Amino acid sequence: MAQHKVNYLAQGGTPVKLTAVDKIVNFGRSNSLWPMTYGLACCAIEMMAAGGSRFDFDRFGTIFRASPRQSDVIVVAGTLTKKHAEFMRRLYDQMPDPKWVISMGSCANTGGMFNTYATVQGVDRVIPVDIYLPGCAPRPETLQYALMMLQQKIRREPARMAQKAKRLV
Amino acid sequence: MRKYKIKDDVQKKSYHKDRFFVKPTVARTSVFDDSVFSLDYTSANTIVNIVESYIEFDHLVLIIEPNDNVKLIQHLQTIRAYDFLVELTAVDYIATRGGFEIVYEMLSTTKKKRVRVKTFINKKDSIQTVEPLFRMADWSEREMYDMYGIQVINHPNLKRILMPNDWYGHPLLKTYPLHGDEKASWYEVDKIFGKESRDVIGPELRDSACVDRYDTDRFARLGHEVHKGIKISEGNEPDTPIRYQEEGGVKLFGKRLVTPFDEIETEQLKERR
Amino acid sequence: MQQSNRLKPFFENINFEREDNTMVVNFGPQHPSAHGQLRLMLELQGEEVTKAYPDVGYLHRGIEKMGENMIYNEFLPTTDRMDYISSTSNNYGYALAVEKLIGVVAPRRAEVIRTMLLELNRIISHLFWLATHALDVGAMSIFLYAFREREFAMDLMEDYCGARLTHSAVRIGGVPLDLPNDWLGNLEKFCQTLESQIPIYEGLLTKNRIWRMRLENIGVISEKMAKSWAVSGVALRGSGVKWDLRKEMPYGLYSELDFNIPVANTCDCYGRYKCYMAEVYESIKILRQLVPLYEKSDTQLMAHSPEYISCTKEEMMTQNYSLMQHFVLVTQGMRPPVGEVYVATESPKGELGFYIVSDGTPYAYKLKCRAPSFWHTGLLNDLLPGQQLADVVAIIGNLNIVFGEIDR
Repeated sequence: MAQHKVNYLAQGGTPVKLTAVDKIVNFGRSNSLWPMTYGLACCAIEMMAAGGSRFDFDRFGTIFRASPRQSDVIVVAGTLTKKHAEFMRRLYDQMPDPKWVISMGSCANTGGMFNTYATVQGVDRVIPVDIYLPGCAPRPETLQYALMMLQQKIRREPARMAQKAKRLV
Repeated sequence: MRKYKIKDDVQKKSYHKDRFFVKPTVARTSVFDDSVFSLDYTSANTIVNIVESYIEFDHLVLIIEPNDNVKLIQHLQTIRAYDFLVELTAVDYIATRGGFEIVYEMLSTTKKKRVRVKTFINKKDSIQTVEPLFRMADWSEREMYDMYGIQVINHPNLKRILMPNDWYGHPLLKTYPLHGDEKASWYEVDKIFGKESRDVIGPELRDSACVDRYDTDRFARLGHEVHKGIKISEGNEPDTPIRYQEEGGVKLFGKRLVTPFDEIETEQLKERR
Repeated sequence: MQQSNRLKPFFENINFEREDNTMVVNFGPQHPSAHGQLRLMLELQGEEVTKAYPDVGYLHRGIEKMGENMIYNEFLPTTDRMDYISSTSNNYGYALAVEKLIGVVAPRRAEVIRTMLLELNRIISHLFWLATHALDVGAMSIFLYAFREREFAMDLMEDYCGARLTHSAVRIGGVPLDLPNDWLGNLEKFCQTLESQIPIYEGLLTKNRIWRMRLENIGVISEKMAKSWAVSGVALRGSGVKWDLRKEMPYGLYSELDFNIPVANTCDCYGRYKCYMAEVYESIKILRQLVPLYEKSDTQLMAHSPEYISCTKEEMMTQNYSLMQHFVLVTQGMRPPVGEVYVATESPKGELGFYIVSDGTPYAYKLKCRAPSFWHTGLLNDLLPGQQLADVVAIIGNLNIVFGEIDR
């Protein structure tokens, strides 16, 4: 994971007052998170298994969309290489706000076992990440847990028109 | 004084150097021990000058001069029925012998035998392509060029294949460190954000054994996730259990629609017990 | 809100319409079809492809260089991540190569367990192939059915070695663990489930008019093209060449087992599809033959070769010299003889080979993984011109390529 020079306590970490409008909007946003299929390597297979019939992903309201323009969440599953980093940033920029990122697996979190010249050491060197999900490959239940964590995170935030700038350059 | 590190071979070496250990070598037998291989050898010897040949682990190994590679491989393909060129690669011997050893691995489906053709080229030399004979060499030689920097003559499309097009350096050389040189480690930052953001993003953390003083504070425990930055002191962790939205019943449809999830009494757990 | 970076929008620097009326389409590194990171640049004349240029390397992680910097035992879990759908086949190929180099033969029970895991991995891989290929062509329910069967197979793998996907279930010299108590019973149940379900999938697809129209006469790989591109595995057997390393150059227990090799003469996608389905039946047959072989075998699991391989845990915890030897082998690594070895096994994708050059030190001097999918992707260069755009997706799915292997 990258060491950015950012002040995390800008909001104070205190619980935020949520109005009814916020709650309704967050209810809608969190219960229909549409992930973009960003399976890069082995973790992609576990993500697909999570979408299969045993660990159904559809009951969370998630539909895997292929296009970045129609998705809310990007689940980065697998190793990000330096050749690919540019394209990942492009696709992330093409996603409309509000957007969230789940980094799945050790390779996406920190580069994983591939401590080599061609691997980006953590996808958060190029993209701001909301949830880090450890494992190699993480079980599909872990991915579901991460999605539920993300849903809880979304429900805590006030629903603004423009999303507050996440850290990154 | 600083310790002098040899830059010829920066790959990881064993710390313990066993001075009196005699390294065993793999057995090499003569070519004439096997009937099929002896015929191959004699027929190949009429076409090119074979520098050395032996049988190692059921492979016939033929070592030739670099200029003869196309001739020999064509002979093996057409006359000696080795119809597959299975593998084409190079080995870096710059530090010890001053060049690369190109290896061609061939397979015969009719005779069920494998042949390895090896040739040695110097560091700055280039080698003729075998792409007209086998189309797989198109990609294999591109990979060889990408990884080692070996120029291939008459190749239709000698571009980088595994690394990005503007990569600097040839990764599989022994002088290239595993973690990558300076240009490699900043490649994605420079490409996407520009050189100015190098100190915002920070250098890569490549030490997998690094233990930081505040590590226990920074990683939330399962079931007790909090915002980053909130102080967690002993026994004071806020608990974030999985609470389902529908637990109190869905407002529109009433309480009957949702059965509460009781860990102790569900069907599934009863079955498993 | 957009954060500023240096990436300019792309549409200014691709010309969509060229003078000869062809359009360049970029099948980008991110795909809705589940094949990984293939970038395919297609020149289209209407719907027909005139030129195809596959660009790989988006998953290049430097596995071969890692092989030069890790000891032999340490590298084994890394081979898992190459063909990540059937991990044990890569582990087995690597372990076999190193065992041949050091001259060690795994004991009987270990070979039986390894072969069982290999055939189970073959079934897992073929089910995955069916699921993603059908999903791409449009038969989306097969994806769910095949993944359901795969879950049962992955349960078996998880019972054995603890991991669903990246197993590392074999070691150099044998296997580390014996089968759990009711594993063989579960395996038989799984085989029966599969035998009852696979005819259902075949009934859905094999005689289906839409499936046949989508797959017949598409992606025709002639025998000459296949030999020139070093195509192996089902793609080669679908072109009429009866070549399977398990039968022709047998390794392990395959010389004692009785199974057939399905071959198709039609060279097109439909023939390969039929070969894959037949191979699943053959794998079930092999699994059933292995169960009595397991019961008759002696309980030794790792080869006895103290120079290269550590001993069992019981011996290590009680004998002093065993502990010292194990310590040296784990910290420094074993020193194999100086030499070169190339060993190829039949993975579900094709001929997976490992070329190891050893100079006597614990770290390999060169480790090259010969991955079959590398050349199957290169084959797209010659195979796609002349096909329609919709067939491109079907062909890529049919060729069973895995990007972990291609880019290593």
